[in-house]
Amino acid sequence: MTGEATRFSFLSLLRHGAGKTWARQWRDARPKASYDVVIVGAGGHGLATAYYLAKEYGIRDIAVLDKGWLGGGNTGRNTTIIRSNYLRPESAALYEHALTLWENLSRELNYNVMYSARGVLMLAHNHHDVQVFKRHVHANRLQGIDNEWLTPAAAKAFCPPLHIGPDARYPVLGAALQRRGGVARHDAVAWGYARAASAMGVDIIQNCAVTGIVRDVTGAAVGVETTRGPIGAARIGVVAAGHTSVLMAMAGVRMPLESFPLQALVSEPVKPVMPCVVMSNTVHAYISQSDKGELVIGAGTDAYTSYSQAGGLHIACETLEAICEMFPRFRRLRMLRNWGGIVDTTPDRSPIIGLTPVPGLFVNCGWGTGGFKATPGSGHIFAATLALGEPHPIAAPFSLDRFATGRLIDEAAAAAVAH
Amino acid sequence: MLRIPCPWCGPRPENEFRYGGQAGLIRPANPAAVSDAGWGGYLYLRANPRGRHVERWRHLHGCGRFFTCVRDTVTDRIASTHKPGEAVP
Repeated sequence: MTGEATRFSFLSLLRHGAGKTWARQWRDARPKASYDVVIVGAGGHGLATAYYLAKEYGIRDIAVLDKGWLGGGNTGRNTTIIRSNYLRPESAALYEHALTLWENLSRELNYNVMYSARGVLMLAHNHHDVQVFKRHVHANRLQGIDNEWLTPAAAKAFCPPLHIGPDARYPVLGAALQRRGGVARHDAVAWGYARAASAMGVDIIQNCAVTGIVRDVTGAAVGVETTRGPIGAARIGVVAAGHTSVLMAMAGVRMPLESFPLQALVSEPVKPVMPCVVMSNTVHAYISQSDKGELVIGAGTDAYTSYSQAGGLHIACETLEAICEMFPRFRRLRMLRNWGGIVDTTPDRSPIIGLTPVPGLFVNCGWGTGGFKATPGSGHIFAATLALGEPHPIAAPFSLDRFATGRLIDEAAAAAVAH
Repeated sequence: MLRIPCPWCGPRPENEFRYGGQAGLIRPANPAAVSDAGWGGYLYLRANPRGRHVERWRHLHGCGRFFTCVRDTVTDRIASTHKPGEAVP
């Protein structure tokens, strides 16, 4: 069943203001016996993939499966930061493709994803940081991506709560600013893609865990076993973040991935105080303020692999110590909640997007600690890859076989930390 | 924070230790004879299981020694730790 979603407009707002309740925005579908494409994982990346498959390639016989609820994994657990100031040309092309899509996404989906280009400020605390960030600024400018170098005073002018005094434990020697960077509402991204995909006939099937990948005599993947029965599929796209290794093992494919808990936390809501996103790689902390007023703070990963979705308390405490050094005025803020998500990291800290050794089985994973920002671009190029059966040109360098050829895209060395 | 039983020093807090990833990875004796895929596999492919994981740790801020740890990656519960050379159940 295909149903047109309500078109949101000033008129529809007026109508609903008069007392009419909003209808469900997407169908909670039951699984059919088979589909042209089955996508495993109903997070932002999986839903975006389904949306672009339906919209740009006319493939509408699609199921998006999730073991939990839509957007309940890392899509609902990240710190919502968007930027494209990556060093390597392959990465810059990928993340800039996403940023370009972000800029028009609310209009494209007729759903407010609250993309806010409030600027991402990356602080340099030592001589090495200064050199690395200036290199990023120059590389980005050559790639046609906005990024500029600010003096400490200019950084403070852009972000008034920042402490740049000489007594700072982590002195600010300057900062790189990407003005087009910012944040978006993470849940709205999942909801917006789900609503638009569902309206084009895509089945979104929640509480449906994949327990096996079915292969025919030639070895090709032809379907999945799930907790809601078997589902046939001409093509399968695994977009399962931290659980990708587990799913790919069902098809006998070993992955260059390790899964770690990554934590974030929010403070009690306060009046507007943080005008932008501030990131510090050296002390490993990033912070912004949500429209509800909560400070949204990202911490680091645990040292060891885990699927616990919790993370050690000492990791969050170290981050808060750093935040309080950079922003002394936040010392007395109380933290409201903290949580963890399971991120799948690759050895070069770049994602894997493309074909696998199993015909019919495609994978989009390895986004590690920084996948949210790529959501529209990731879905867009993975949809092309699934539809055409060959990697989209932007996806091509991010192939799984780069770990055999050695053509790594080493953002691990470029960023030196999680990103 | 985990409490990790070092086989020599007994239970100590996690921040005394350094994680070393999947245990039992053996470097091919003659790398030149290994295919690109085989070498890439040695360098990069990891089990990354959901459940029982056999892993290497080092008691860096303690006795400094390496050991093997069997941990469940869902509960983070440590089943056992073993000195090098000991059989892992």
